[in-house]
Amino acid sequence: MSLFSKQNKKVFTEPLNINNPIMVQVLGICSSLAVTSQLKPAIVMGLAVTIITAFSNVIISLIRNTIPNRIRIIVQLVVVAALVTIVSQILKAVAYDVSVQLSVYVGLIITNCILMGRLEAFAMTNKPWPSFLDGIGNGLGYAMILVIVGAFREFFGRGSLLGFQIIPKSVCDAGWNNGMMTMPAMALILLGCVIWIHRAYFVKDDK
Amino acid sequence: MKTNSNSYTIIYSTILVVIVAFLLAFVFQALKPAQDANVALDQQKQILFALNQDRKMSDSEAKAKYKQLIVADDIIDADGHVVTKGSQGGTEAGFKLNSKDAKEGRLALYRCNVDGKVKYVIPVYGNGLWGPISGYIAINDDKATVFGAYFNHESETAGLGAEIKDNQQWQAQFKGKHLFASDPQKIALSVVKHGTAQGDNQVDGVTGATLTSNGVSEMLKADKGGLQPYVKFLNQK
Repeated sequence: MSLFSKQNKKVFTEPLNINNPIMVQVLGICSSLAVTSQLKPAIVMGLAVTIITAFSNVIISLIRNTIPNRIRIIVQLVVVAALVTIVSQILKAVAYDVSVQLSVYVGLIITNCILMGRLEAFAMTNKPWPSFLDGIGNGLGYAMILVIVGAFREFFGRGSLLGFQIIPKSVCDAGWNNGMMTMPAMALILLGCVIWIHRAYFVKDDK
Repeated sequence: MKTNSNSYTIIYSTILVVIVAFLLAFVFQALKPAQDANVALDQQKQILFALNQDRKMSDSEAKAKYKQLIVADDIIDADGHVVTKGSQGGTEAGFKLNSKDAKEGRLALYRCNVDGKVKYVIPVYGNGLWGPISGYIAINDDKATVFGAYFNHESETAGLGAEIKDNQQWQAQFKGKHLFASDPQKIALSVVKHGTAQGDNQVDGVTGATLTSNGVSEMLKADKGGLQPYVKFLNQK
């Protein structure tokens, strides 16, 4: 099987659209509500989850045949937690600024349902390379939704994007800023709208 | 391979845990010196940020600035007497203290000199919504008004509670605020619900992060880890 066979491509592209982890699998909702009040943390979280999902997928896939069935969830959890801890320790030593920014995400990453979901549903039964692609695909599918919701909330909640003021300050103070947008409740409503639009236009064979 | 037997499961989990434990221990040990150096530098930067220094300075600039601006990192007691004298650009006396020391009455006090004016920087320690928070409050030589403030946290939510650290404009609100109201024995500086700050003692909280903002407010007034233990020092005119 070649590295980019049709099947492998499908593994990579499906989570971006018709099998999106947030919109279709409805995984990782908690963290997507928490970190999307601004665009920047949404991007950072999306990338971090992508990397960790990909590599934990590979590790689990490599040892999948040796894992005792009864304790497989525990083994997955140990692998994910060890991986995240080691990465954060290395960052703390070589790129301190990045590690400080990411420190708030460590807990969110370890407990992210997408990781456990992909390990259990894909890596446990597939070879390392497709598992890697599946991790990247699902991570990016997750990051995509986070960025959409994050950009929407920051733009309408604060009139800025990535911290840069786009709507002039005077207009913001005159009522552009929507306090509701910065609340986590609005993230859930927006997420609902995104899922609704996605279902209406992209998911055809659902009936 | 028979992976479902009890003995296999037990042996597998034992080996896995031992491998992971060794791996983690090795990583911690190997990286500790580099991490400690980074943490110390970060602490110096936080003190400089509280003194309204440029947030974008490089590591070497920060080291030089710290040596230049910090006159002494003293340790004082609750009566305001110096217990251990610090040194110029010091990192050995007050600099080494942590939240536990502060709560037990060993108080760090940074005497600073910014553009020829005397400033004091006081470290504060408290609890946010999800974990510990801390901060540095720089005080003018009148020992009653705030010169600058910087806050740090470990695990507040990005974009909400984390704003206490990331949002420079929010921290700038502390500038010029008064520590005391009418009673010079009681710290009155506080953080209130967003949009309701009034007078010289109150600062607006962060929108959507009421509990973290309350944590900052509690921290400033706290008898242990806050500004309150410094009252006797602040009242020495």
